[in-house]
Amino acid sequence: MPEPVRPAIIELTVTRTKEFLRETEAIFWVFGFPLLLALALGFAFREKAPDRIPVAVAAGPQAAHDLAALRTSPALAPRILTAAAAEDALRHGKVSLIVARTGSLVYRYDPTAPDSRTARREADDALQRAAGRRDAVPAHDESMHEQGARYIDFLIPGLLGMNLMGTGMWGTGFTIANMRMKKLLKRLIATPMRKSEFVLAQFLSRLIFLVVEVTVLVAFGWVVFGVRVNGSIAALALISIVGGYAFSGLGLLTASRARTMEGVSGLMNLIMMPMWLCSGVFFSYERFPAAVQPLIRALPLTILNDALRAVMNDGAPLMHVAPALIYLAAWGVVTFAVALKIFRWM
Amino acid sequence: MPVDAVSCHGLKKSYPDVRAVDGLDLDVLAGECFGLLGPNGAGKTTTIEILEGLTRRDAGEVVVLGLTWEDHERELRERIGISLQETQLSEKLTVYETVRLFRSFYRSGPEPDALLRDLSLDEKRNARVGKLSGGQRQRLAAACALAGDPDILFLDEPTTGLDPQSRLQLWDVVARFRAKGGTVLLTTHYMEEAERLCDRIAIVDHGHRIALGTPKELIARLEAPNIIEFTSEPALPADTFEHLAGCHGCTRRGEAWQLRVDSLAEAVPQVIAAVERSGGRLRTLTTHAATLEDLFVSLTGRDLRDA
Repeated sequence: MPEPVRPAIIELTVTRTKEFLRETEAIFWVFGFPLLLALALGFAFREKAPDRIPVAVAAGPQAAHDLAALRTSPALAPRILTAAAAEDALRHGKVSLIVARTGSLVYRYDPTAPDSRTARREADDALQRAAGRRDAVPAHDESMHEQGARYIDFLIPGLLGMNLMGTGMWGTGFTIANMRMKKLLKRLIATPMRKSEFVLAQFLSRLIFLVVEVTVLVAFGWVVFGVRVNGSIAALALISIVGGYAFSGLGLLTASRARTMEGVSGLMNLIMMPMWLCSGVFFSYERFPAAVQPLIRALPLTILNDALRAVMNDGAPLMHVAPALIYLAAWGVVTFAVALKIFRWM
Repeated sequence: MPVDAVSCHGLKKSYPDVRAVDGLDLDVLAGECFGLLGPNGAGKTTTIEILEGLTRRDAGEVVVLGLTWEDHERELRERIGISLQETQLSEKLTVYETVRLFRSFYRSGPEPDALLRDLSLDEKRNARVGKLSGGQRQRLAAACALAGDPDILFLDEPTTGLDPQSRLQLWDVVARFRAKGGTVLLTTHYMEEAERLCDRIAIVDHGHRIALGTPKELIARLEAPNIIEFTSEPALPADTFEHLAGCHGCTRRGEAWQLRVDSLAEAVPQVIAAVERSGGRLRTLTTHAATLEDLFVSLTGRDLRDA
């Protein structure tokens, strides 16, 4: 029954891993939360017929005729309202456009609203055709539903990156701050334990969970939404490990001085929030102004997300993401080194 | 060559708001149990943590087992065992896992299971640390301190807040460690703990050593083996009784007077007579054999407990 005592690095890693497994809440945040998020967002944005835009036709002698013409457009949901009711509906956003006949054809809408602009174009098309206009060049639509280009395909690598950041930072940073508060760090350095082994054990234990959490999320995306890994699994694994390492380092650095849990929580959120929002977890960071793009592209989560998407969505080879790997590894090296330098053990 | 297990001279340490240690000298002999006795805030913890190499000193010399922290930190860490005042060991680990972890840090030491047996923790082997009682936690802390089979054991307030039975169990651990030739340096603010466990005691107050010796020597410094404590109505001035035969001094403690006397049989009737002579009335009167607590009161005019 009693096994011989193993080297400190192994005992440290094993105890850290057991502690985490016995922390029920932490298990939820690491494994349950990203799955729930993927499930909710995946269903919210699954493919369906695009919504029809509500349009009002102002009551009048031609209204029924116009209504029939507008119904030929697959993009519009027209109905007849009195002029006053139509005005109200437009003001309250219940319709995006009013079609009226006051002598000529009149479109009332807010030109800054994309829906209204689409509705105006569609309505005009439908009415002009009903009045006899013919297309100069015949054209037809091809809709794109290619696997790898859906929102969920974009989302899963983003969630993976977000999770690697969250668990790397909380998993390392919170533990350290907690141990400092309980004077456990002080007790540990009162032994011959090597500080480097302690820090390494934190990372090794993270690595065990990282493998599990990445596998669970990727398998979930595959089974539930058919999100494939188009590149190699090995490349995906390597990027995840290096990314996890970079964020463990950042977590260690964040927690290297903090004396209270409140202090470390605040600092963690301060560091993670910009990356949550800007690094392209939920939507592409290209939407931010050009002026802040260089800043966004320097964030480690941006680099990690891009590399994950390159491998999962585009099937990029490992060589293609090598610069990203080097960049993330450098983040890890620098943060670990600085953290150890300024670390407060008591 | 009898080497001092621990020695320090001219030790000083200040924090922004307080001078915690102010020129302290200590010499702990190999194989003895040495106690730092003093009230809370006397500088005991700062002193012991400097000796443990955990807190930097401002001035003074520290030598442990003939080595210095500056040059031999790793060697010293292997050879000393420490129980801090307020460490909370990881609650999610079991007793056995915790001891194993600490054992893994040292080159050599006892088997974890043997340690648990020695500290009467074998029944709690697989219990989570979070479920242990205060006494069990302190014994686990002691087990971690003993995991490297140390030459010196440093215990900071090892029994504070423990029930009497747990305290006895911990005293037993200390006794067995000493029986194997170990040296113990402990801090306490319980005078009975110091009297029972320690070969020699340094009484500290405000970062100074105010007395040093064996418990017997220290009590003998009171020059009187007995204490009479009484209150009267109205309260009487000191000169009413400080010149009574066999009285070696008196100290005011709140409403009460404390007299240090040679013989209770002689002194008690004199006190009663003196109170009556001055027209007052005795409200309470108790007596006890002199203790270190009384020495502290006579040296500082304050109680150990609430000083």
